[in-house]
Amino acid sequence: MPIQILLENFSGPLDLLLHLIKTNEMDIYDIRIMEITEQYLSIIEQMKQLDLDVAGEFLLMAATLMHIKSRMLLPSSEEIEEEEGEDPRAELVRRLLEYQRYKEAARLFENMPQLQRDYFTGLVRAADYLELEDAADEEITVGIYQLAEAFHQVLSNRPKEVFHEVVRESLSVAQYIRRLSARLAERKRMAFHECFSPEASRIELVVTFLAMLELVKMRMINIEQMKEFSEIWLTLVVAPEQLDQLSAVEDALGYE
Amino acid sequence: MNNLKQLVEAFIFAADGPLSLDRLCALLEQPRGLVRPVVEELMQEYQLSARGFRLFEIAGGYQFRTLPDFAPYLRRMAKERSVKFSQAALETLAIIAYRQPVTRAEIEYLRGVDSGGIVKSLLERNLLRILGKKDVPGRPLLYGTSRQFLEFFGLRDLNDLPTLKEFAALDPELAEAEPLAPEGT
Repeated sequence: MPIQILLENFSGPLDLLLHLIKTNEMDIYDIRIMEITEQYLSIIEQMKQLDLDVAGEFLLMAATLMHIKSRMLLPSSEEIEEEEGEDPRAELVRRLLEYQRYKEAARLFENMPQLQRDYFTGLVRAADYLELEDAADEEITVGIYQLAEAFHQVLSNRPKEVFHEVVRESLSVAQYIRRLSARLAERKRMAFHECFSPEASRIELVVTFLAMLELVKMRMINIEQMKEFSEIWLTLVVAPEQLDQLSAVEDALGYE
Repeated sequence: MNNLKQLVEAFIFAADGPLSLDRLCALLEQPRGLVRPVVEELMQEYQLSARGFRLFEIAGGYQFRTLPDFAPYLRRMAKERSVKFSQAALETLAIIAYRQPVTRAEIEYLRGVDSGGIVKSLLERNLLRILGKKDVPGRPLLYGTSRQFLEFFGLRDLNDLPTLKEFAALDPELAEAEPLAPEGT
């Protein structure tokens, strides 16, 4: 009996495996690995014959299955048991069980009442209006090079130092993230050049810029420009109270 | 303030999202002890009277929402069709909701497939937020669900998520997942 299965119907190799286990009425804790591997491979083979792309993940699972199968075929001498420990299927079973739970959770989510599908509210959130306005402005997304260039501008605008003093400054990016986000929380919108104070030292400027990039990466702020070469604007995209939760993050930023 | 109940009702009605008890108290300049019973009374009233909408407790706040029973009719009025999640998006969202904070690599191990694109689109729809970076090599970002996620599914908080079979027993990390929307506490 040929198995008619389309990989697109499965969200991944684990989903396909679960399906095979179910259709074969197997106990998930005691998978008949030979049978499953054979069926799994024949599905992958069919896909290839139909000239369909088989995603790498499905091939990886095929390799995993074959590996487990080969280990099951080995005579179970005590030496190997000690070396390899548990049943070769154990990890796969754990993953399948776990995956099965999230698949079930996904089904629950689908059936939970959802906003604008099951629940309706009288008002559109103010943020949605803001988004619409932004779209009308047709802002250009600022790329890293434009940002770098703007930063270069800031650096070159800095007055030349007349004397030279060697001081070791220790500035923390985390501290500047806090400072920058606090200013943004107050003002909502700030011009790029405003973020850098004219008296700031080179290192301070660099740390401020790093803080800005970190905030973008964490999606706390948005950086926009109305047209090329015009002012670059920074806006807060999260509620100010979410900024407080940043503090937990700072140690993990990875700057010394 | 003898019209407190009406005022509370007016504030919740006009707010642009779920209104928390703290925010309500600040706006009214009244203590929680006075405001809370009034809100609860309102919730009760809307529950008992036959109305098309009700006062719900959502994402650490209060909001008027239509009853899900009438959704088939109300959908006719909606400007845009509601978004349907793909199976992959729902799985990813479920993993993040139950296991947060979680890295992309952990999601991908659990699903067995690349999930970068899905995580990105969920982030863009504001259903996720970045909780920080994990202290392991490469410092990957840690993801969790946002307040909009709670609003979207009409949940009070993360404890309001449906319990999964054997979930608590097999996943002790779940208990440690940090609560969202701290403003209600």
